[in-house]
Parts: sequence; structure tokens; C-alpha cells
Amino acid sequence: MPPDALNGELEPTIYRFILRHSWRDQIVVLGVTAASLPFYYYSLDLPKTIVNEAILGKEFPQKWWFGLVLDQIPYLMALCGLFLALVFINGGFKYAINVLQNRTGERMLRRLRFSLYSRLIRFPLGHFKKVSSGEIIPMITSEVEPLGGFIGESFALPAFQGGQLLTLLSFMFIQDPVLGAAAVAFYPLQGYVIPRLQRKVNQLGKRRVRTVRVLADRVNESTAGICEIRTNDAARWQMAQIAKILGTIYDIRYEIFQRKFFIKFLNNFINQLTPFFFYSIGGYLVITGELSAGALVAVLAAYKDLASPWKELLDFYQRKEDSRIKYDQIIEQFAPDGMLEARLQLGEGEASLVGELAATNLTLVEDEQDRVVDGVTFSVPAGTHVAVIGTSGSGKIELAMLLARLVAPSNGRVTVGGADLATMPLGIIGRRIGYAGATPHLFAVSLRENLWYGLKSKPVRDTATTEDGVRRRQARLAEARRAGNIDLDPDADWVDYAAAGVANEAELIERTVEVLRVVDLEEDVYALGLRGRLDPERQAKAAEGLLHARFALAERLKAEKITHLVEPFDPERYNQNASVAENLLFGTPMSPAFEFDALPSNAYFLEVLDKAGLREDLINMGAQVAETMIELFAGLPPEHEFFEQFSFISANDLPEYQAILGRIAKSGRDSLREEDRRRLLALPLKLIATRHRLGLIDEAMQQRIVEARRIFARDLPDYARNQIAFFDIGSYNPAATLQDNLLFGKIAYGEAEAATRIPALIAEVVKGLELRHIVVAVGLDFNVGTGGGRLSMAQRQKAALARALLKRPDLLILNEAASALDGTAQVKVVRGIRRLCEGKTVVWVLQRAGLARNFDHVLVMSDGRIVEKGPPGELERSGTLYKTLVAAE
Amino acid sequence: MSLKEEVELLQRIPFFAQIEPAKLKLLAFTSERVGFDPGQVLFKKGDMGDAAYIIIEGEAEVLVDTAGGAAVVATLGKNAFVGEIAILCDVPRTATVRAKDRVVALRIAKELFMRLVTEFPQMAIAIMRELAHRLEMTNQRLREALSRTT
Repeated sequence: MPPDALNGELEPTIYRFILRHSWRDQIVVLGVTAASLPFYYYSLDLPKTIVNEAILGKEFPQKWWFGLVLDQIPYLMALCGLFLALVFINGGFKYAINVLQNRTGERMLRRLRFSLYSRLIRFPLGHFKKVSSGEIIPMITSEVEPLGGFIGESFALPAFQGGQLLTLLSFMFIQDPVLGAAAVAFYPLQGYVIPRLQRKVNQLGKRRVRTVRVLADRVNESTAGICEIRTNDAARWQMAQIAKILGTIYDIRYEIFQRKFFIKFLNNFINQLTPFFFYSIGGYLVITGELSAGALVAVLAAYKDLASPWKELLDFYQRKEDSRIKYDQIIEQFAPDGMLEARLQLGEGEASLVGELAATNLTLVEDEQDRVVDGVTFSVPAGTHVAVIGTSGSGKIELAMLLARLVAPSNGRVTVGGADLATMPLGIIGRRIGYAGATPHLFAVSLRENLWYGLKSKPVRDTATTEDGVRRRQARLAEARRAGNIDLDPDADWVDYAAAGVANEAELIERTVEVLRVVDLEEDVYALGLRGRLDPERQAKAAEGLLHARFALAERLKAEKITHLVEPFDPERYNQNASVAENLLFGTPMSPAFEFDALPSNAYFLEVLDKAGLREDLINMGAQVAETMIELFAGLPPEHEFFEQFSFISANDLPEYQAILGRIAKSGRDSLREEDRRRLLALPLKLIATRHRLGLIDEAMQQRIVEARRIFARDLPDYARNQIAFFDIGSYNPAATLQDNLLFGKIAYGEAEAATRIPALIAEVVKGLELRHIVVAVGLDFNVGTGGGRLSMAQRQKAALARALLKRPDLLILNEAASALDGTAQVKVVRGIRRLCEGKTVVWVLQRAGLARNFDHVLVMSDGRIVEKGPPGELERSGTLYKTLVAAE
Repeated sequence: MSLKEEVELLQRIPFFAQIEPAKLKLLAFTSERVGFDPGQVLFKKGDMGDAAYIIIEGEAEVLVDTAGGAAVVATLGKNAFVGEIAILCDVPRTATVRAKDRVVALRIAKELFMRLVTEFPQMAIAIMRELAHRLEMTNQRLREALSRTT
């Protein structure tokens, strides 16, 4: 059930938008507002009764409601009680109205943002070249924010405040027409002058919004072009540009403030004039006896109340104008020409795209006259593998985008099996066509989710298990519907196994590994997996397998006679290749308190050192390390890279340590402050005997550290039990990487063979025990970072290829999709994908023409046209562009 | 062997003899100690050189290709400095060096070495002196050889 915000166009004005989507809510708010007014009126009238009848009255006892007869004091108290009740009722109404109108406002804001986003993803691709994200993002995020507030109050506020105002005025007129007239005497003036002044302010506001957008755009540009700014020494130029825009914004804002404060001044002045009439005229009337003192008190009280709604109304008028302008401006930006039709965006269909692929007179005109693709006509039978080659600028890139319906043709059409792509919903195109471009985008989630992105057309399996969970989800989706948002559960499982041709997750992982092999990414993912971690409780079987491999690996090391390359963890022995901290902890920290850097300030750790009598010795050792570091590094400039690569002490901290050593030399170690001692203690903890070779950890010290290790584990308090994963040969360590779990020890420093032989041996053992898919599965959990930044360009391309292949498309379109791979990898990947896609139609735009040789059919493009086409064998003759392009490599 | 001993070792090598101990200590600290099992090569003839080695323990053989296969032309023992030409100028390795028994060597990476040289001019001077000395030796040998032939 697609919500109407997905289908409908945006309403041209904000009031149409409000009325269309929230008229029910608005009526409710208005109803409550209307109901509140009689109470309000009565609360105004009551003070008069209290003063005139209860306080100054003479006739007692008096008859009151329900035949109640009361004396003066009880009567006064009864009226005051009534007054209190009215205060409470009025406050209650105000509260209810506020809640209602703000809820409406928030829902409408949500709706607006959602419609803007759903339109954004329908923009024609070319539009993204013209507008930058720097301009669009603030429109959806911050600029619409005030609109929500306005929408909520759009009817309720004028009704409520206007109603109050009218109530107050009618009350005053009833008390005394002259006073009433005096109260409103200046309203026409204010009502005429203020909007005129306001109009100019609004225009400035409009300009301000536009200028701030330009600022956002420039800032965005600067972050993207940071390399260019630095390498061209363009900082001054950029700064000057920004300063100019900031200057414009300053000018605009300054003018706005000036005008705004003038309007305020005018308003205040006029408002203060009115009491002048009250005191003079009203006072005169009381003295002459034409008006009761009680009435004057009530009128004055009412007048005090009058200021607030009047001011609110004027403010509202300003906000209304602001919002109207903002809405217009935003709407304007979200209606570019050539947007994908809404019904195609979410439309579905079960059709397949098997059949002859044909382009007829396909033309793409850019910038009004540039015929990038010019009358391309071709057809290939289903299952043909087509290579498209041509020089850059030949239109081959655009042709592929037209074939994938990423871009709408200016003329002509693309058909598959006779069906026109132009009228097909994305529900068919996105599922049946696989596409990968040269610079694919990966989302900042795990590699697995990226690869399975093409299988997530809609939720397929419910994940809410508890009754409570189901209820919460239903409530969430119902609210989404009320705000016109899409009502699909993002927390459900969206991965459609059937789309990948498998039955369950395990099979899908298997299938993913297969595809990874085809795109030459499996090795990389395996390597990522070795650096990853897994939870032995959730994946007990995998952990058990890896544990098994740990022993197998140890056996292999023995068999190969290379046990000296890995020093295993032995609870009874000091590990020469591990740091002092690791030797003490003899485990992997699982909480920040036990991270190696945090140990010098960890109370329990210090307690253990004291028990083992190690603290002072380690601090002493720290002083020696500091001395060596100062000796080695003090002569280097602070920015020297040795600091980062080799030093225990950063360049910034070096003087601090020099000072500490100075204090020791002067007045001994006992004079050190607690903080100094902590600093010194931190140093030896990082020492690795074989690597640093400082000769500070002798046999006896090693024994004592092993002893301290024993104390550490023995006395560990309960709260810290789950903060360290101890090294235990018999159990899987959840905090350590897969590789560390397999090694269960440290690769020896300075063994020439270790770097090549150990990984090879691990790979062998893992393969032999059939655990490779487990490692790869862990590698799939790797988070690829923003835009896939933690992967290389080649890896990103491979991932995108795998993503396109996993959904088993009928038609695969690859747009220079392997261009970042090295030569041999490209050949391998082309061959692998062609084999995998046997029987499917493949169109591959190649950067290297030579690869076209193996394809069934070749299209050679030049200047937007197809100049040669046919099987590569036929084109392989002298004089063809094909021959030239292939030879050019 | 600790850092201190490594420094003493370095001092015994003509290249480094003139350099003050503190700098040698830095060189030793920033260099890696590498162990080679018997038969393993330290570097192969024709490879681009990325490091020089100082043998700390064990013996290594220098191999040169001859018509009858590889032949051992020299054996290097403790304190030998090998592969230094490759880190001073960009030429491929002129011979293969292989561990005869278990060899432990200090591996001085080219990058590191060059950086130290630029950082500490006295090191450059010491190296210049050593090279000039070697050149003089070669010239002398050449003169002797020439005088023998004539």
C-alpha cells in the first residue's frame, strides 16, 4: 500500500499542503479552541463580579447557583474558588491545544521531509551535476524545521489568539464602548503599516536563505576539493570567496535586524499609547460615576491580556510569511524536469527481462544540443555477450546508462523481448537488470550488507518475535502511515534468498563466496576475515572449528620444523614477543578499563603490581626507558617521523619526561608525584623484549612478571571477570582476531621467513579443515567505511560486480566496471563473469578494447554512433576502428 | 644481544666507526634484527636492494653465477657489512647472499639509512671518507696490477 505522499505531487502552496494532509487534525484543534473560548470569557467576567458583588457588595446573604444562599465571606471564597477552577480549565485547554497542534506540526514536518527525500531519489541523474548535496541537504534537514512548527499552528493559533482577542474586545465593549474603542484605536494603523514593513523583511529573508545555501555549497566544495586547494596554494582565493559570501550574509542579516527592530519599536510604542487613554478616559468616567471601579479594574486586567494575543497574531503573520516563502523556495528546488515518475519508482511487476535486447534510434541530448548518443540502433538475441568499445567521449558510457534506464533517452527506445524499458517500473528493472559502473558507491555498512543490497527490494521476513515487539512495530508503522511515510518495517529481514536462487542464509553465504571468487575478491575478504572477530556464543560451531585449527596449526609448525617462528602463549613462561602489559594481563582486554594504555591508572592492576612487589621496579624501568628515548630522540625535530614509528614517547611529551628525570636526579624517585609515576609506569608496559632489545627485562624480571600474571588472574574481582578474555589454549578468545586465535601466540620478531610462511601455513590449515568459508563469512562483516573508503578502488569495483551478480539478473550491464583492476585480474574477472552469466545477456562497456576479443558481439562507438558491429572475428581486419582500438593497447 | 651490544658491533664497522654512539644507538634501535635459517637467502642477485645487513651471528656465503652454476666466492662472518652498495646507489644486487648456518643480522633499511644520513651530516662525512678510502684502495690495487702487467 503505497502512501499518497509517494504518489502525489507536492502541493504548490503551503496552505494547500496543510489543508490536503491535515484538515482533520486542524478541525479537531479548531473545535477544542472554540470550546475553550466561553470559559475564557467567563474568567474575564468573574473578577468584576468578585470586586463589585463580593467585596464591595452590600446585600447579604445572597442567593447563588443551585439555590445556594451564602454570606459575604463564603460568597467571596466560593467565587475565588470558581476563579481558581477557571484558571485550571483555561490552562488545561491551552495544554491540550498545544499538544494537538504540535503533534500535527511534527507529523506534517515528517511528511514534508519524506516527500522531499522520495522526490530526491527520483531526480534525473543529470540534475545531480547541477545541484550539490551542500544545497540539498540543508533543505531537507534544517530549512524545513520551522515549517513544522508553523503548520501545527497555522489554523489553531489565529483561531485561538484571534478568538481570545475578540473575546477580550467584546468584553471591553460590553463594559464600556468608549474604552473598547480606545483599546482598538490603533489596530487599523498597525494592521496596515506593519505588513508593509514586513514585506521588505521577507524579501531579505528569501535572499538570506539563498545566500546561505550558496555558502553551504561552497563549504561542501572545499571539503571535496581539499587536495586541489592545498596543491595549488589556493587557500587565500578560497578564503576570499567565502569571506565575500559571509559579507553578503552579514549585510542581509544586518538590514533584516534593523528593520525588524524598527517594527518592534513601532509596535511597542503604539501598544503603550492605549493605556494612556484608559487612565485618562477611564479615570474620568469612574470619577463622574459613569463607570464602576470594578469595571475599570476588569478592563485594565483585560487590556493587559490583550497585548499578548495581539502580539502573537502579529508574530504569527510574520512567521506565516516566512514559512510561505520557505515552502515556495524548497518546492521549487524539488521539481526538476525529467524526474522519474512516482508510479515507476515503487511499481512492481513479475515480468522477466529475457529476450532480444534492442535499441532503436536511441538518442541522448545533453545541454540542449550535445548529441552524446546519436541514433543508436542495434539488436542482439537473448544470451549474447556484447562488448562495447570506443574512445572516451564516444558515448559508450552513456549508452550503457541508457540501457540500464539510469538515464531517460531524449529519443528512441530500448526494448527487451519487445517490452519498452521506459514504461517499466523499477520493481522490474532494478531486480532484473544488474548494473555496475566505474565508480560504484558502497554504503557505510558491512561488506555483507553491501553485497546483498540488490536482494533487498522489500521486507520478506518478520524479525519481531515477542508480542510486545509486534505491537511496538505496528504502532511505529501506523504513525508512519499517518505522516504519509512508507510503512515498511526497516528492522525486518529484507534479504530475499529466492532472488539469489538459494533457500537460506547459509546457502546465500556459500553463493556469495562463489561470486566473490568469480570477481577475484575472495582472497581479500578472507584476509579481512582473519583480522575480524567472531562471537563464540553465537557461532559456537565456527569457534569450535577454529579452535581445532589452532591445534592443527601447532602440529604443522612442528612438522615443518618452524616452531621458532611463533612463540605460543604459555601460562608458565614469559613471552618474549609480547609486550610487558600483555605478559601481565595474559589476555585480551574487553573493556576500556583494561586496555593496555589504561592500565597505569587501573586500580586493580596497580594492586596486583604491589602484591608482586613490581610497581617500583617497573617505574624504575620506566625511568630507564625514558632516559634511552630522550637520548635517542631528543636531537630530532618534533615533526620527525621516527617519533611516530619508533618512539615510546611522543615529541610533545618528551619535555615532560625530561622534567621528570630532572626531578629524579635532583631529589630522588620518592619525590615524584603520582602523575609522574603513572607516566613512567606506562613506558615499560609497552616493551617487547625481542623487538626493542633494550636489555631491561632479565630472566629474574621475567619470572616475577609471570608471578604477577598469576596473581592478576587469581585475585581478579567478579566485576572484572568479563572484562578480560584470558589466553586459554582450550577456549576461543572472543576479543582476539581470528588470526590471533589460530596462532595462539606471537609471530616471532625478526624471523625472515615468518611474514610469508605463517600466512601460507594458516591458509593451508584453514583450507584443510574446511574452515575457509567461516573466515570469509567473518570478513563479510567488515565495515567498508563511508563510501567504501576502507576498501581500495579495485576492491570497491569487485564488490559492486559481486552485488550486481548476486541477484542473478537477466540482463547484466557493466560500465567500465572493472577498470581499476590490474590487467591480469581484469582478464580473469571478465572470463569468470562470462562463464557465470552463460545464457544471460551481458553488455560490457570496456575500457581496454583488447578484452572485447572474447565476446560474442562487439559494438564500436565513435561520436555517439555505432560505427562498427559484429562478432570480433569479423571486425578483425585492417582499416576498422576496432582493429585500431585493439592495436592501440 | 641488547641494543648496547649492537652499538658496539656497529662501531667496529668502518662505515660507522666515526659516528657518535648516540646516533648509532638510534640506527640500531630503528633497525630490525632478522633471523635466517640455514639455506635461506638474505638477498638475491638482480633484486633491487632495499636494505643492508650487518651479521651479528652465524656465517653467510656470497654466491656468484658461473658457467658451472652458483659458486661460493666468499664467506662472511660476524660483523660483516653486506649489501651496502645497493642502499647507497640504485643498482641491483651484484651477488646472492645465503645463510650458511643460522644467521642473525641487523637489517638497515635503505630509507632509514638515507634519512639518517641526511639528518646527520657527520654520518655522511664518515661514509664519504670510507668510500674515498675504498676508492684509494682500488686505485692502488689497479696501479699495482698495471705495474705488474707492464
